[in-house]
Amino acid sequence: MYERMSLIRQFEERLKWLVETGAPVGPVHFYTGQEAVAVGVCAALEERDWIASTHRGHGHCIAKGVAVTSMMAELFGKVTGTNRGKGGSMHITDIRKRILGVNPIVGAGVAHALGAGLSAKVRKTKEVAVTFFGEGAAGIGTLHECMNMAAIWALPVIFVCENNGYSQTTPFEYACPVPNLADRAPAYGMPGVIVDGQDVITVWEAAVAAVDRARSGKGPSLIECKTYRYYGHHQSDDTKRYRLAAEEEAARSKDCIKRFRERMQRNGPLAISELDDIEAKNKVLLDEAVEFAKTSPLPEPSELYTNVLAPEKDLPA
Amino acid sequence: MSAQIRELSFGQAINEALRQEMRRDPNVILLGEDIAGAAGRAHLGFIDAWGGPMRATRGLIQEFGPERVIDTPIAEMGFVGAAVGAAMTGLRPVVEVMFVDLIGMCYDQIANQAAKMHYMMGGKVEVPMVIRTAYGTRGDKRTYGGGAAAHHSQTLLSVLAHVPGLKVIVPSTAYNAKGLTIAAIRDNGPVVILEHKFLGIQAKGHVPEEPYVVPIGKAKVVREGADVTLCGYGRMTQLCIEAADLLARKQINAEVIDLLTLNPLDEETIFESVRRTHRLVVVDEDTPVCSMARDIAARVAEKAFDHLDAPIKTVTAADTPVPFSAVLEALYTPRVEQITAAVDELMG
Repeated sequence: MYERMSLIRQFEERLKWLVETGAPVGPVHFYTGQEAVAVGVCAALEERDWIASTHRGHGHCIAKGVAVTSMMAELFGKVTGTNRGKGGSMHITDIRKRILGVNPIVGAGVAHALGAGLSAKVRKTKEVAVTFFGEGAAGIGTLHECMNMAAIWALPVIFVCENNGYSQTTPFEYACPVPNLADRAPAYGMPGVIVDGQDVITVWEAAVAAVDRARSGKGPSLIECKTYRYYGHHQSDDTKRYRLAAEEEAARSKDCIKRFRERMQRNGPLAISELDDIEAKNKVLLDEAVEFAKTSPLPEPSELYTNVLAPEKDLPA
Repeated sequence: MSAQIRELSFGQAINEALRQEMRRDPNVILLGEDIAGAAGRAHLGFIDAWGGPMRATRGLIQEFGPERVIDTPIAEMGFVGAAVGAAMTGLRPVVEVMFVDLIGMCYDQIANQAAKMHYMMGGKVEVPMVIRTAYGTRGDKRTYGGGAAAHHSQTLLSVLAHVPGLKVIVPSTAYNAKGLTIAAIRDNGPVVILEHKFLGIQAKGHVPEEPYVVPIGKAKVVREGADVTLCGYGRMTQLCIEAADLLARKQINAEVIDLLTLNPLDEETIFESVRRTHRLVVVDEDTPVCSMARDIAARVAEKAFDHLDAPIKTVTAADTPVPFSAVLEALYTPRVEQITAAVDELMG
């Protein structure tokens, strides 16, 4: 788990540096601060399980095992990218890792996870589907429609709310009349838990319970992870216009990586030197990823017109 | 700086239109996501943290307060529908749908409800509301290498212009943005304003301080010429003017029409121009199938065919989703050289 959390953190920090030095990566929404959510949840999943992500999706992709080389190449608009340069940050994904998409239409991915859960039930595969969504999606009708359907059909779907407190600059306490989104879960007929989203072990434990419930056919769950995004909504948003410095400092003091290191120092089983080795290895991975992205070719002009319509292979006679 | 040469940006001009209409009519309210920002945090010293994607609503909450500048949760279907209900009961709501790509999230309320209510009720109710929404790609005028891709770059105006009962307008400069926005707010029916995200410095210009109206339903000849008519809207008008400059070097005098309103379309201005130039190129930032470009071409072919000396040409976006990679996005978006090439074919 530390390896993935550290890789997400390093990926986003490297990306931030690239953005600030003028690298051509397009608009990006940094996941920094929320690593424990993606990693804790994905650690509870099997490879065959599905996730649906949001506009803030780099962390989910890395947590589910997408290669940072092809992710970085995608952000540079290169043909070697995860989406052949057609998607960019807001669509970066790898379906082979069973990611249904990174999606900047708020709430859209929730329905895709519902569909994956429905599909798993119809196909009798025992696969589980997770939808990550921000607390901003709490006001979107799609979420309510999908929680209702997931519950009435007892689908293996886990609704993971990453409550980082802000949709762009709008505070959660303004946009939602109840203090916790999880408070709504019983009204939909599913269990809802609130966890410290900056503690990867706590997130993981909640996810394990929800996955057990889903896989055994008992239906959906909601996990609300209280977390924090360290940076703005996107690369050019200034958080000083809507957040108090004291609030930001308090959130950073509970940093998921820092706390994991403290936990290991106290109780093990990993030594700090082992964690440092992981950090060093991840740095090398990112050096390679940036080099790969920079040296990869751009898409040919003909790429504009490919993949628009479905291929006509394997059509029944 | 004297009032005569006062210049505003596109966003500033829209901001002034909203401010002046809100002062004039207390029934004008604004609704949308982060149109002010930091909602509910005035007690912490935070107000007005965002102001919409082009900051066109920044500062308005400070004058009119949160009762009239209303930040919404992310809930397009709900707040656009609320605008319909508010308009039917005496207000004049101006809603902001952050990007036109999100029209799908509220299309029922726009196409089935707002647009048709007046007709369905036999003319006995009016729905005076405005929907402002940002659209468009950067095209080849970029400062960074990747665009906003398939869900945040679309034009999608033909699915709005298609709907009977909706007026659809596309300002192209600060001057007409202010006048059209005021006209839209004063209109007694639903009006959609499509605001291009990347008009840039070229849209900046003189804007009178006093309120004024640029009429809906009237196109403008922005450059006169005798040899060919170039017809565009929004950023495409800028491209047409650039193309006309290049063509002038080849002794081809292109007339440029800025459509400004897509529905109801000012056919007569287009026909009148074609009667003089006998050639037409329509430039459309939307994808080509069922597009404004082909709609205009069909109208001219039907009603002004005898005046044409050559086939009508269209220059549109590629018939694909908007790609991310800068090299592909530049190919996707209409370009000046496509316009001049189309004219060369017509003149050849």
